[in-house]
Amino acid sequence: MSSLSYAVSDSLTMLRRNLKHALRYPSMTLSVVIMPVMMLLLFNYAFGGALGSGIAGAPTGGGAYIDYVAPGIILMAATAGAVATAVGVCVDMTEGIVNRFRTMSISRAAFLTGHVVGSVIQTVIAIALVIGIALAIGFRPNASAVEWIAAIGLLTLLTTALTWLSAGMGLVAKTPESASNAPLPLTFLPFLGSAIVPTDSMPTGLRWFAEYQPFTPVIETLRGLLMGTEIGNSGYLALAWCVGLSLVGYLWARSAFGRTAKL
Amino acid sequence: MTTTSLTTAAAPAISALGLRKSYGDKIVLDGIDLTIPEGTIFALLGPNGAGKTTTVQILSTLIDADGGSGQVAGHDLAQRPEGVRAAIGVTGQFAAVDNLLTAEENLFLMADLRHLPRPEGRRRAAELLRRFDLAEAARKPVSTLSGGMRRKLDLAMTLVGDPKVIFLDEPTTGLDPRSRRTMWEIIRELVADNGVTIFLTTQYLEEADQLADRIAVLDRGRLVAEGTSDELKRLIPGGHIRLVFASPAELDAAARHFGAAARDPEELTLRVPSDGGIPALRAVLDVLDAAGVRAESLTVHTPDLDDVFLTLTGHGTPDTTTEMTR
Repeated sequence: MSSLSYAVSDSLTMLRRNLKHALRYPSMTLSVVIMPVMMLLLFNYAFGGALGSGIAGAPTGGGAYIDYVAPGIILMAATAGAVATAVGVCVDMTEGIVNRFRTMSISRAAFLTGHVVGSVIQTVIAIALVIGIALAIGFRPNASAVEWIAAIGLLTLLTTALTWLSAGMGLVAKTPESASNAPLPLTFLPFLGSAIVPTDSMPTGLRWFAEYQPFTPVIETLRGLLMGTEIGNSGYLALAWCVGLSLVGYLWARSAFGRTAKL
Repeated sequence: MTTTSLTTAAAPAISALGLRKSYGDKIVLDGIDLTIPEGTIFALLGPNGAGKTTTVQILSTLIDADGGSGQVAGHDLAQRPEGVRAAIGVTGQFAAVDNLLTAEENLFLMADLRHLPRPEGRRRAAELLRRFDLAEAARKPVSTLSGGMRRKLDLAMTLVGDPKVIFLDEPTTGLDPRSRRTMWEIIRELVADNGVTIFLTTQYLEEADQLADRIAVLDRGRLVAEGTSDELKRLIPGGHIRLVFASPAELDAAARHFGAAARDPEELTLRVPSDGGIPALRAVLDVLDAAGVRAESLTVHTPDLDDVFLTLTGHGTPDTTTEMTR
């Protein structure tokens, strides 16, 4: 076999290992689902009435607030997955098994690729569960099949970007505790964008930040695909952010893995 | 491409020349030379912090040396680390097992990463589980196994790939005496049955004595002695018989009959150099009887790692305060 097919088969072996972990200890996957579901219930039932009437004239066209907020909350499931990835990578690094992998003749990228692909699969499953619950409590998207596919593709791309970034965070974190704190800014960013309320209701400084931070174009694109609101240039911006962040995260994680020889 | 390497039948399994490593301004290894023939057990003996683990890490390609060069199984550490990795197996001080998988799944994982065909991997895993007495633990999560069993599984994982050179970094540290003996048996069988070369580190003189063909003593990043167990023991005059007396008069009376002995008037003890064997013990008792001196108590002290370090380096192992009155 060539070195490329070894790289693929080693990555698949590592992926199987991570999926086995996830199946046997589903608590981490569940925590990825629970956070956004709680948010969804909270924002729909507790805050929904007040927030919904506040943005009646917003691009939702005065529809139910859940139709405005659900795309934002769905995206939060992707950020919740980032925490699980950072912790998973860090726990692995603090145990001896990674040093065993390093002394074996296996593809250098396989360990990280296995982790990231495994996390992306888990997070996409969590996102699907959150979408299911949103639909069950009254979220009524008007997307066509093509738009659904595009929306899921975009969410997968965003998850990939966040997962590579959080893999890097897990590698540089000294302990699993600090690894679980490192991605917190990522989970907060959607709030400072258009996830919960439109950015034009925010004060100038915050609004400027909200409009230019990466999550806002992703949320706007998602909302456009699912609810038929205006996408404009958000689509290209969202793609550029996702691809750019994936690349940065990948390069960072790869060099961090090369540097660390934790013992 | 033709790479001309002079690998002959007599080529050593491991060789190193002038290995150096430092972390910041702390020098961990200060020029290590090694030549280890194929099919032998080599023990690197030293206290905590001597640089044993660092040596293993460099030879197993886990970290790069700052200076010097080395070859393992015919491959250069710096030029062909992949070749080294394909030929070695490493079992570290802390069991490098996947705690979330079962013992069997850990072995399958290694077989997959060694790119063994699936039936071959299954066969090897079953064989290793049987050989290491782990069959009934095969389907249990590793986190529920005892320390001794985890260490055995760790070594079994190393063996899945049929390595030619095996590094064992303190393989019995933290094990109970029974598990330690089991581990020794396994290590001996490996060399006898598979003809592998074993590089072992240990803090225990007894372990090196039991297993190794050659022993090197590492202290503060330097090799201070190398030889067979017997050669090293000849260097160590630490063995003695310690006699305790009831009064200074009796101590003085006894001291007159033992020329080479060291006396400690405060503790009322006399240290008579000895190899600790029965004839030597009988000779000491005979001398005491003939002189009519009564000793309160007698203890036999055999050479240990402390004596090795006191003798070879002029200081004790870092965590002891033993003093030599000589």
